[in-house]
Amino acid sequence: MKYFSKIYLVLIFGILYIPILTLILFSFNSANSTALFEGFSLRWYVELFNSPDTFEALRNTLILAVLSSLIATVIGTAAAEGIYKMRSKLLKGAITSVTNVPMMNPDIVTGMSMMLFFVAVAAILGVTYEDMGFFAMLIAHVTFCLPYVILSVLPRINELGDSLSEAALDLGCTPMQAFFKVKLPNIMPGVLSGMVMAFTMSLDDFVISYFVGSSNFQTLPLLIYSMTKKKVTPDMYALSTLIVVTIFILLIISNIKSGKKVDNSKKAGARK
Amino acid sequence: MAKLIELKGISKSFDGEKVLDSIDFYIRDGEFVTLLGPSGCGKTTMLRIIGGFETADEGSLYFDGAEISEVPAHKRHINTVFQKYALFPHLNVYENIAFPLRLKKVPEEDIKTKVAEMLSMVKLSGFENKSVSTLSGGQQQRVAIARALISHPKVILLDEPLGALDLKLRKDMQSELKSIQQAIGITFVYVTHDQEEALSMSDTIAVISEGEIQQIGTPTDIYNEPKNAFVADFIGESNIVDGIMLEDNRVKFSGHIFDCVDGGFDKNEPVDVVVRPEDVDVVPTDKGMLTGMVTSVTFKGVHYEIIVDIRGFKWMIQSTDYVAPEATIGLYIEPDAIHIMKKSKYSGMFGDYSSFSDEMDRLSDADTAEEF
Repeated sequence: MKYFSKIYLVLIFGILYIPILTLILFSFNSANSTALFEGFSLRWYVELFNSPDTFEALRNTLILAVLSSLIATVIGTAAAEGIYKMRSKLLKGAITSVTNVPMMNPDIVTGMSMMLFFVAVAAILGVTYEDMGFFAMLIAHVTFCLPYVILSVLPRINELGDSLSEAALDLGCTPMQAFFKVKLPNIMPGVLSGMVMAFTMSLDDFVISYFVGSSNFQTLPLLIYSMTKKKVTPDMYALSTLIVVTIFILLIISNIKSGKKVDNSKKAGARK
Repeated sequence: MAKLIELKGISKSFDGEKVLDSIDFYIRDGEFVTLLGPSGCGKTTMLRIIGGFETADEGSLYFDGAEISEVPAHKRHINTVFQKYALFPHLNVYENIAFPLRLKKVPEEDIKTKVAEMLSMVKLSGFENKSVSTLSGGQQQRVAIARALISHPKVILLDEPLGALDLKLRKDMQSELKSIQQAIGITFVYVTHDQEEALSMSDTIAVISEGEIQQIGTPTDIYNEPKNAFVADFIGESNIVDGIMLEDNRVKFSGHIFDCVDGGFDKNEPVDVVVRPEDVDVVPTDKGMLTGMVTSVTFKGVHYEIIVDIRGFKWMIQSTDYVAPEATIGLYIEPDAIHIMKKSKYSGMFGDYSSFSDEMDRLSDADTAEEF
């Protein structure tokens, strides 16, 4: 039984990580082959940084992810605070469910509906669809990132309750000051983790971007997909490796941070 | 002393349930006022209305002669010490106390001296850089008090501030709070369900039950001259028996006619008679005005608590002399130990110790900690 559980564990992690490790390995392959590893080289990394298309796609992806996660964080935090302040329980529940819909909805449906929407908007404004490229994409990404921010901020606000805000008001804060000086610092962990989640969501979205995107605004996932129709070159392995490593580092940082938080609250709890 | 805060006809309901019923009340400048009542009586709601965290459904609130019913909390010169302290966990002790001054853009130099002053007043000098989450309950309470006092408000409101502390610490903090109040002369409005706390600290006590003020007075007034059975029972221990006021200074209860010092009732008016347990003397049966059988004796340290059955009514008596259970004893009551009250809606609900037990007392104390 003991052995079985160990074997099971190895199997699971093997299935999860061997493909990724293979990808990383082949990104360092000196030959243009996906089957044979012929020696270590950084050739594909050099090629990656010399390819203007890839570089532009990477830039687009990052700009989009940063902007959409920032905007979604601001709107989402405000929305969470608004939902918390609602008096009617019925309305509160209804709004919470409505904001969750884009998360539950299949991406393909969200993507198609957004495309239809932006086509209509373009027609009304009298511009071509291509003109709206970036903004359409930004709006779409903010929309599907929003629920993740609300989902991560709302429990924090609920947990915090009214007492600190009331104390701030009592000591002379305007409601605005009370929010920014007292409430926001205390819900910051939720806000930050919402932002990180939104950032990664936006970074690797393919389905919705595929529908909404236009030819003059390529993101990385779209570029990689378009390459698969021809042949995936190992510089894409290099790119994927970089993305995996970045996400891995982000994860470690956020885990260390939240680990510290838990530690602190444990200490405080023990003293009581 | 001038009226500083005045409530006129304040009513408030939550979900159709009346919590405060047309309260008329005023607080004088520099007073230590306690709102005393059991859990759910509306005392905290009253405090929250004064602080600006709730708005009254009806009535108006005056501060220093001006109506402030519609003034939001942050514009009132009233600060609050909350039941759960509500210190800001993201700031250290120094920044918590400096918070109100920073809002007013007070120069850093002044902030420094004022915070130091406050810290020494609450005996926390040297704690400046500590995180508030590492402080004990009593220390957090002191920080909360310092934070409320630093901008010199005219009034501070205290919502059961000692509720979470243990008994010894609570006693220390009581006298400390009282001396702070006397030293700086700021009006304190204090909410508690602990009658001992109220008696030992207050200049004026308002006893509240079911959203109505039952009695307002000094601690001695409230203890010695309770207005009705609720007040008599809630403040201290009381034997409350039915009596008939034969004429001024003559009252009949438990089958005996007593001399007393109260008057102003109708001839033969039914009344409630209050006798405090410590005012009853145990004497031999032939010298007693009343006789009864001892049903239980409990040692309480300073005295014995004796329950005596007199004509089916259980009396509580506190005596330093031991008497044996099942013994028949006589009771002697001085005329000025008898307090006569008009009949009220609380008559007959309190003051009989037949169902009395220590355990029930403790249980109901635990309940009151859940004040909203």
